[in-house]
Amino acid sequence: MKHLRIKVLVGLLLSSSGFGATIDQVRKKGFIQCGVSQGLPGFSEISGKGKWQGIDVDYCRGLAAAVLGDPAKVKFTPLSAKERFTALQSGEIDVLSRNTTWTLSRDTGLAVSFVGVVYYDGQGFMVRKKSGVTSAKQLDGATICVNTGTTTELNVADYFRANKMKYKMVVFEKSDEVVAAYDAGRCDVYTTDQSGLYANRVKLKKPDSHIVLPEVISKEPLGPVVRQGDDQWADINRWTLYALLEAEELGLTSVNVKKMKSSANPAVLRFLGVEKDMGKQMGLSRDWAMKVVKSVGNYGEIFERNLGAKTTLKISRGQNALWRDGGLHYAMPVR
Amino acid sequence: MHDLKDIPLWRQPRVRGLFVQILLIVLVCWVIGTGVQNTIDNMSKRGLASGFGFLSDPAGFDIIFSMLPWSEDHSNGRAFLVALLNTLLVSFLGIVLATVIGFMVGIARLSSNWLASTLASIWVESIRNVPLLLQLFIWYFGVIQNLGGTRQSMAFYDVVFLNVRGLYFPWPKLPHEMLIFLVSFAFLFFGMRYFTLRHFRSKRVFWITLVLFTCLLWLLSGATLAFDIPAIRGFNFQGGAVLVPELVALLLGLATYTSAFVAEIVRAGFLSVNQGQFEAAASLGLNRAQTLKFVIIPQALRVIIPPLTSQYLNLTKNSSLGSAIAYPEIVLIFAGTVLTQTGMAVEIVAMTMGVYLVISLLIASVMNKYNSWIMGHGGG
Repeated sequence: MKHLRIKVLVGLLLSSSGFGATIDQVRKKGFIQCGVSQGLPGFSEISGKGKWQGIDVDYCRGLAAAVLGDPAKVKFTPLSAKERFTALQSGEIDVLSRNTTWTLSRDTGLAVSFVGVVYYDGQGFMVRKKSGVTSAKQLDGATICVNTGTTTELNVADYFRANKMKYKMVVFEKSDEVVAAYDAGRCDVYTTDQSGLYANRVKLKKPDSHIVLPEVISKEPLGPVVRQGDDQWADINRWTLYALLEAEELGLTSVNVKKMKSSANPAVLRFLGVEKDMGKQMGLSRDWAMKVVKSVGNYGEIFERNLGAKTTLKISRGQNALWRDGGLHYAMPVR
Repeated sequence: MHDLKDIPLWRQPRVRGLFVQILLIVLVCWVIGTGVQNTIDNMSKRGLASGFGFLSDPAGFDIIFSMLPWSEDHSNGRAFLVALLNTLLVSFLGIVLATVIGFMVGIARLSSNWLASTLASIWVESIRNVPLLLQLFIWYFGVIQNLGGTRQSMAFYDVVFLNVRGLYFPWPKLPHEMLIFLVSFAFLFFGMRYFTLRHFRSKRVFWITLVLFTCLLWLLSGATLAFDIPAIRGFNFQGGAVLVPELVALLLGLATYTSAFVAEIVRAGFLSVNQGQFEAAASLGLNRAQTLKFVIIPQALRVIIPPLTSQYLNLTKNSSLGSAIAYPEIVLIFAGTVLTQTGMAVEIVAMTMGVYLVISLLIASVMNKYNSWIMGHGGG
């Protein structure tokens, strides 16, 4: 961690020119360097078998399939919340796919571009069941454990001030320590994005004696980030994400996508590059979208595999369903 | 014999030396200048904002432990100040504590008492061979976090409470007046003692005048004996003052860790004094305490002070590990929270590095002054 920070600073100090097109660099080195979290179940973590897994990881694998034709051609850099943007700015990574909230000040002030939303999240609170608290409005005077380098610190401050409540905030550098301190009773409340609360509840000594309060105090649209000023790379990222969503909408899965080449639906044929080359303008192959879906599946498959009912997280689709199912995910048309 | 004028310029040592010096200065300036210029260029090329305007922006977050009044409306600049004071506080207390423990352990290690020297050896060897970060986790998560919750607090006479959230104790309702009273009382006490003992040579005069003036001071300062006593309200104890566990864990971790090194330095210092000095002191009729005070310690200090300075510097820099256990020092608050809220990485990291540099140079210069005083004073 320290090592990386030094590398990043030295990079800013010594590198003499800006960057060329990211896609050329990626093709040259033969893999995509993808910045992920240091371990957040469901989003990006190392599995028991030593392989990276999670929704943010699958996004990067899909991107590698689109650009290099092989989902395995991606290397992961685990980053703390406070290192992530500097790592992207300095060229240490090509894309940041690390449950990162899209906000105005980040998008405009940090020389980065958000390409879309992978997961619609919101900040919530977790408390002990025996505290008897059922609503965040009852948290006056509570001590709150939080992870530094995130939007959560400011959200909590805003929420408590708006509701004229007092609080104490204990700030840690890594999320594992936040969870340990909350578990030990240092804090009454643990706050982070709701997905993170569910993910980290599994790590507590007695997961069942903690509840997530119903209030969601912020909008946290989490999505991939690229460096500003490389529009082609941003386009590739944006449309890879849309391809995942569009595939679900069109009913294409990792299993049936090859067969669907002979579909009668013109939208499907366009998507798969049968009727028209949709990849050329981005510098991708004709069948880039098919490779994406073939290798990581559509958005729904990725969600179920990493976050869904069969995982320990058991998160329902909710606002992460497609727009036609009442959710917020809406891919721009691929045509 | 050659005259200087006969030697060509490039072979004259003075000229050559000067030339090399100038070359070196130019080189150093060039490296620094290019680095700075490159950073500025790269930042503007990437559209990164720069400057120190962010210091006056409102911070918007809470800090768990602050010696200055703090609320979210205060600026990032004040957050910097609060964090800096927290770093200084834990470093200062840590240095004092490490020195005291280190001297005791170091002397115990030299003791002829088998138990004392063995315990001291175990202390030194087990503590200095375990990474500090690990020790901090042991203190914080292993020891302090195992105390009871708010409702299982240990209570001492129902005014002082100890639990996982910290040590809660009563605090004067008028703290400023109390501080003024205590400080002026200290001056009064020592001033009066010096004055009365010198001019009246009587302890009775001293005590009578002290009591009278203390009463006067009490009235003038406006201090009251009203104390704010902590009590459970809602989730936590409210009222009184609290010593947060983060500070205690970091202080204990830093002090014990550094004490092991200090102990070895002290031992080396004492061993450096020739055995003959003990014998000489004994033959002069000095007892053991006098021997230590007048003969051994002054000579040992000459060996002890320089490496001790390094340990003080290490301790100060190690205090940045407090960020792992939520102690709000400068790396956690300023190079952490403020950095991510504002994104001004270069400015903030530069300021943080500057802070450690200034603190370290200050400690080093004070210790160097003390060292040269010892050298002159110790009969050299």
